[in-house]
Amino acid sequence: MISQDDVHRLAYLEEARELLADLEASLLELERTPDDADLLHKIFRAMHTIKGSGAMFGFDDIAAFTHDVETVFDRVRNGQLAVNRQLLDLSLHACDHIRALLEPKTDQDSAVAAQGRLLLDGFRAYAGDVEAGADQTQAGADRHAHAPADARTDQPRIFRLRITPHADMLITGNNPLHLLADVIDLGQCRLYPHVENVPSLAELDPESCCVWWDCVLRAAATSEAVADIFVFAEDSCDLAIDLLDDGSTADGELVHKRLGQILVERGDIAAGDLEAALSSQKRLGDILTGQGLVQPTQVASALAEQAAVRDLCQAKPERQDKTSSIRVAADKLDFLVDLVGELVIVQAQIRQAVEERGDVVMRSLAEHLERLSGSLRDSTLSIRMLPIGATFAKFRRLIRDLSAELGKDIELVTSGEETEFDKTVIERLGDPLVHLLRNSIDHGIERPEVRLAAGKPIIGRISLTAAHVGGEVVITVADDGGGLDAAAIRVKAEARGLIAPGADLSAKELYALIFQPGFSTAKAVTSISGRGVGMDVVKRAIDALRGSVEIDSEPGVGTSISVRLPLTLAIIDGLQVQVEGEYYVVPLTLVEECVELPREADGGRRRIINLRGEVAPVLRLRELFGIAGTAPVIEPVVVVKADGERIGIAVDRVVGEHQTVIKSLGRLYRDIGEFSGATIRGDGSMALILDVAALVRRAVGTEGAPSL
Amino acid sequence: MAEAATTNDNQYLTFTLEREFFALDIASVREVLELVNITRVPRTPDYIRGVINLRGRAVPVVDLKMKFGLGATERTVNTCIIIVEVCLDGEGTVLGALADSVQEVYEMETGQIEPPPRMGTPIRAEFIRGMGKTGDQFIIILDINKVFTSMELAGLAQTLGDAGPDAGEA
Repeated sequence: MISQDDVHRLAYLEEARELLADLEASLLELERTPDDADLLHKIFRAMHTIKGSGAMFGFDDIAAFTHDVETVFDRVRNGQLAVNRQLLDLSLHACDHIRALLEPKTDQDSAVAAQGRLLLDGFRAYAGDVEAGADQTQAGADRHAHAPADARTDQPRIFRLRITPHADMLITGNNPLHLLADVIDLGQCRLYPHVENVPSLAELDPESCCVWWDCVLRAAATSEAVADIFVFAEDSCDLAIDLLDDGSTADGELVHKRLGQILVERGDIAAGDLEAALSSQKRLGDILTGQGLVQPTQVASALAEQAAVRDLCQAKPERQDKTSSIRVAADKLDFLVDLVGELVIVQAQIRQAVEERGDVVMRSLAEHLERLSGSLRDSTLSIRMLPIGATFAKFRRLIRDLSAELGKDIELVTSGEETEFDKTVIERLGDPLVHLLRNSIDHGIERPEVRLAAGKPIIGRISLTAAHVGGEVVITVADDGGGLDAAAIRVKAEARGLIAPGADLSAKELYALIFQPGFSTAKAVTSISGRGVGMDVVKRAIDALRGSVEIDSEPGVGTSISVRLPLTLAIIDGLQVQVEGEYYVVPLTLVEECVELPREADGGRRRIINLRGEVAPVLRLRELFGIAGTAPVIEPVVVVKADGERIGIAVDRVVGEHQTVIKSLGRLYRDIGEFSGATIRGDGSMALILDVAALVRRAVGTEGAPSL
Repeated sequence: MAEAATTNDNQYLTFTLEREFFALDIASVREVLELVNITRVPRTPDYIRGVINLRGRAVPVVDLKMKFGLGATERTVNTCIIIVEVCLDGEGTVLGALADSVQEVYEMETGQIEPPPRMGTPIRAEFIRGMGKTGDQFIIILDINKVFTSMELAGLAQTLGDAGPDAGEA
């Protein structure tokens, strides 16, 4: 049984990993736009949250480490330190380090800790280096000019804070009193709790927070420093900070004026409230004391009223924002998809049964059910769809690290981050894409001197795009490198006996050879030694996702590899075919047409089919699967296309379209090449789904052409 | 599963293949189904009869009799599919096993169970966990995990699919 503590820790781990991913993305972006203050703030906030929650859930090492990094970033944010490559390198490694700290404890701990110290030393060195110069100018600036609002200064300032915890603040684990204690620590502070929202004891929910505070703080701190106290709790409370006095004028006077004005401003929110505030202004003025501190009573009621109005205006949309997304465990979702899959099957069975009975009432009910289960299926599947952007962001880091390692300058251009994929597809697509990108970096993009000699820009460019095309999604990895060397591939393939010497192959067919197992692109194509990543692994992984890969390349200009994938893995449209008593399903997206193949005059069967002048081999399921019986006089042939090859599949009968819920055949059948899964027919029995790509390879392979 | 076996008080599901009595530890048995249509999967060993739809899941069905070399199971009114959960490579997998008939759930104390004889059994001794007895009738208690592990290996060797391990690790 998992304790509540563990649940929180798990939630923290998950949250921290997400924050780290964000952090990394922000850091990489910062590299391009080092002056982006928003970005710096975002980075700072992410670190702060990692630190704060880390300390809360007992990850003290993370909290301590992040604190030191954060300190450096605080100074970067204040303009005391400059953003440079050293900082980014360190920070990215810091991300890795935090990630390592998130892992369960192992005996590697001492090594990890050493790594952490090393990084912190690096940060210190960085801070020291830049500081020497920056500090002086900063100090000078402080002394001479009046400090700008955001710079640090020793002069005390006066802030007005309004802290309005959301009712659920306590439930989220934040304690407003701790936050207030932090505020008090900053300097002189007066707090005014507003308790008018507290219900009677009978109605009181001890877990909800009904109190809110106004606070006047006199402290030598920046408004950002004050805001930072609440960074960790910003989602669970509303915070308004006004700088009342920046220390340049005498306290009392200014505050007097400002408070009056502010009350008017508050009134501005609603016309009626304005009057209320104005009418109470006189009395307020009396009450305001020399220190600019306000006594509660009257003001409180005005404030409460105003707050109520503001709540009405602001809180509502905010709350809607919060409910607009919800975190759900992936396995719950998978279970839901399974259930919907079964529902679709039962629905198909009902439809079939109703058709047979011909009951009018039942028929209309069944149609209604069909519509409902259809939309239920669509919306359930759409829940599983995620944008691919997060995966792309991870690759940015990969490119940065790898290109630095190889001494190449490469930029990654991505587009189509918003393209949505099935969760499973995204998870299983990561590795093949990494393979492809590594290949582009390693073998595709030439060394800088080569690029210069070829008159190309020194910075190599790899573009990663995702887009919806019809019922599929296409991901393209393109580089502007040297391109594939068709002649070298041919030599290599002939040497390996993959093709006959002098075989007549198009460039595309030659390129496709690099997907053959053991065909090392490193040696054959660019002769750059390195990690020769087996492209066959990529091909297999894509095949497993029922996708296809296509290569386009032009020598000297670049290579582009397109991966086509189905939108979802769970449900496909299929064409049901029959051979004797057995039923099979062909994925409809791969079906080009159905034709009829009459028996030859001599009673023999042709093994090739003429499709308007194009010749395609015909595969007979009956022979392939050893099914007894004789074929009909006119055999229907389903023409399918995969990997650019077209073949015909001869069957006894084409039954029709069939919305297919794909069921895995399980471990026992994992090595069967001809089937990609099974589906359930209307009568509850199962039909096997043909793996068209494998069949094509088989058919084409027997013809002596390349591919297996 | 081991834990379940001890708490289930030595209960065994007995069934017949031909005239022989066999038994499975009740802990590994999920349910017993009447014989339904089995969808053949071509190009697989004969004793793997195919898959059935078990509430939306594709469950492979194995002909134990064929596996043990006792001939193919014929379809009769008594023919059943015993759904078992076995451990393949440390992963729980649901499989169906064809039986000529299912008898009863039978209780046997550990003391009543004898080690498998070295010879004279109708099936390979390694599949047998022990021998029980009901009246004069011997009951062969199967070690279901061993039966299916060896079957899987045999299945792999005979399968004519694509060479090489699957791309799952990619």
